[in-house]
Amino acid sequence: MHPAISLENVTKKFKDFTAVNELSFDVNAGDIYGFLGPNGSGKSTTLRMIMSLIKPTSGAIRLFGDSLLENRNAIMKKIGCIIEKPDFYTYLSAKENMKLFARAHLLNYSPSQYDHLFEMVGLKGREDDKVKTFSHGMKQRLGLAQALLHDPQLIILDEPNTGLDPQGIIDLRHLILTLNKEQGKTILFSSHILSEVQEMCSKMVVINNGKVVVQGRVDELLSHENLRVKLEVVDPDAAISCIEESPWKQFLESRDEKLFIFNMGKKEIPSLTAYLTQHLIGIERIDYRNQLEEYFLKITQS
Amino acid sequence: MREFIAILQNELIKTIRRPRSFIGFIVIAFICLMLQGAFYQDGKEIMSAVTGQFDNLFNIQGNILNGNLICFIVLQTLIVQMPLLVAFVTGDLISGETASGSIRFLLTTPAGRTKVLIAKWLSGLMYTLLLLLLLGIFALFVSRAIFGVGDLMALNSEGLTIIRADDINWRWGLAFLIAFLSLSVVASLGTMLSCIMDNSITPIVTVMATIIIFTIIGMFDMKTFDVIKPFLFTTHMISWRSLFEDPVPVKSIIISCSILLLHIVSFLGVAIYYFKRKDITT
Repeated sequence: MHPAISLENVTKKFKDFTAVNELSFDVNAGDIYGFLGPNGSGKSTTLRMIMSLIKPTSGAIRLFGDSLLENRNAIMKKIGCIIEKPDFYTYLSAKENMKLFARAHLLNYSPSQYDHLFEMVGLKGREDDKVKTFSHGMKQRLGLAQALLHDPQLIILDEPNTGLDPQGIIDLRHLILTLNKEQGKTILFSSHILSEVQEMCSKMVVINNGKVVVQGRVDELLSHENLRVKLEVVDPDAAISCIEESPWKQFLESRDEKLFIFNMGKKEIPSLTAYLTQHLIGIERIDYRNQLEEYFLKITQS
Repeated sequence: MREFIAILQNELIKTIRRPRSFIGFIVIAFICLMLQGAFYQDGKEIMSAVTGQFDNLFNIQGNILNGNLICFIVLQTLIVQMPLLVAFVTGDLISGETASGSIRFLLTTPAGRTKVLIAKWLSGLMYTLLLLLLLGIFALFVSRAIFGVGDLMALNSEGLTIIRADDINWRWGLAFLIAFLSLSVVASLGTMLSCIMDNSITPIVTVMATIIIFTIIGMFDMKTFDVIKPFLFTTHMISWRSLFEDPVPVKSIIISCSILLLHIVSFLGVAIYYFKRKDITT
C-alpha cells in the first residue's frame, strides 16, 4: 500500500533563502502524524507544497502513490486542509461559504448534511451569520468544516489549535481522534507545541531550518528510558563527593554549581533521590525531560 | 467542464455579492441621472449656444436635444471614467483574495489554476457587461423616455455629422459592443496585474496610471508619440465614435477591434503564465 504522503528530497528556495532543505518523510494511511518544528522552521512551506500552493524547487511529492505534479486535480479531491489561519469570504455567511466550497467539489449537499457539518464543528445556530462577525476561533471551526466537507481521506491541519479556547482545543482533539479511529482518516497535524503532538499523534517528524531533525514513533522518541534529569542540591560539595563514590557517577552528565544533570531512565529517579536523602543531601528541585523535549525547548527558545 | 462551470458560478456569486461591485452600478446610475437632470434643466440653453455657431451656414430644425444626443454625450463622458470602475473590481480579482488569504481556499479545490483564473476573468467581463448594460439602459432608454427620439447631431474631429433616427439603432448596438471590447482590455489588464501583485490597491492604481499615461500620450501630436500611439489600447478605446461618422470607416474600426483583441489575449496570456507559477505564500 502506498503511503498517503511521501516526500522525497524536497527543497524549496525563495531566491537565496532555503526554506525547506532536502526534506523526506512518509505518512502512512491511517496515521495521525505530527509535524513539529519551531516557528519559521519550514512547516507551513512544506504543507503548502503538499497542497500545491507552492511549487518545490526540487524533489518529489507523491500522495496516495500519485505524483502531485502530474495528478494534482485528482489528488486534491482526496485532501482537506487548513493552511495557517482559515480565511473566508467575510461578506458571505458561513453556510454560503460552505456552499461555494461544496460547488467547487461538485457536491450537492442537502440542508441536513450542512446541519450535521455545522453541529460537528460546534457552529450550529451560527451558520447563517456573516463570517465577518466570527471570532478567530469560530473561523478555525469553520475551516475545519470546510476541510471535512468533501469527506477527504487525508486531512492536513496546520496549527489548528491557534485561536481556539481551551474547550475548542479539547473538542478538536476529540474530533481528530474520532475521525482517525472511526473513519480511518489520515491526519497530518503540524504544531510548534510538542505536547499537542504527543497527545494525539502516533508518529512524528521534527524539522528545524527546513531539515529533518528526527522522525519516528512518538512513544519511542518521547520514551522515558532516556531522560535528562536536573537535580538542584543544597550542599553541592557534599553531593559531589557522595555521587563520586557511588554507582550514580556513571549517569552524571554535567555539573554547574548546585545543578547536577543526569542521563537516566524515569524508573531510576526514586532510587537516586533515596540514595541522596540517605546521605543527608538536601534536594531543592528536581526536573526531568526527554532528550527530544530538551532539544525542542532549546530550538524553540532560540 | 462541470468543474469550470461550478467555479464560474462561484465567481459570479462572489462578484455580485461583493459590496464594491455595487459602487460601479451606483456611480453609473448616479452620473446618468445627474447629467439627464442637468440637460433637462439647462439643455435647451446649451443647445442654442452650440447651434448658434452654425446659424449662418444652415438651418437646424426638430428635436436636437433628444435621447440619442444625451446618450452620445454620456457615453463620451463615461468612457473615460468607466475603466476606473472596471479596474476597481478586476484589479482585485486575484490580489484581493491573495491579500485576504481566501486564495488558499480557492486553490486547494480540484480545479486547476488556469480554470480558476479564466473563471475569474470571465466573471470580471460579465461584471463589465453588466455595467455597460446598466449604462445602456440609463443613457439610451431612459434618455429617450425623457427627451424623446430624434436625429443625432454628432460633433467629432471630422466636423458635424447628422445621423438619422431611423439609421441609429444598429450604430448604438455596435458602439456598445466596441465599448465592451475596450473595457474588456482594461478588465484583462486588471486581472493580469492582479496576478502579479499581492495587494489589492496597487493593481487598481497601476491600471489607472497606465490609462492616464496612455491617454496623455494620445493627446499630443508629436512625432515621438505618433510612433507608439497606434499600439496603445487607449487610442482604440474611442473607436466606437467612428460608428457615428458617415460613411462609417469600417476598416479602421476592424483594425482597432483587432488591436484591442490582441491586447486582451496578451494580457490574459501573461496572467495565466504568471498565475500558474505563482507561489501562494500569504
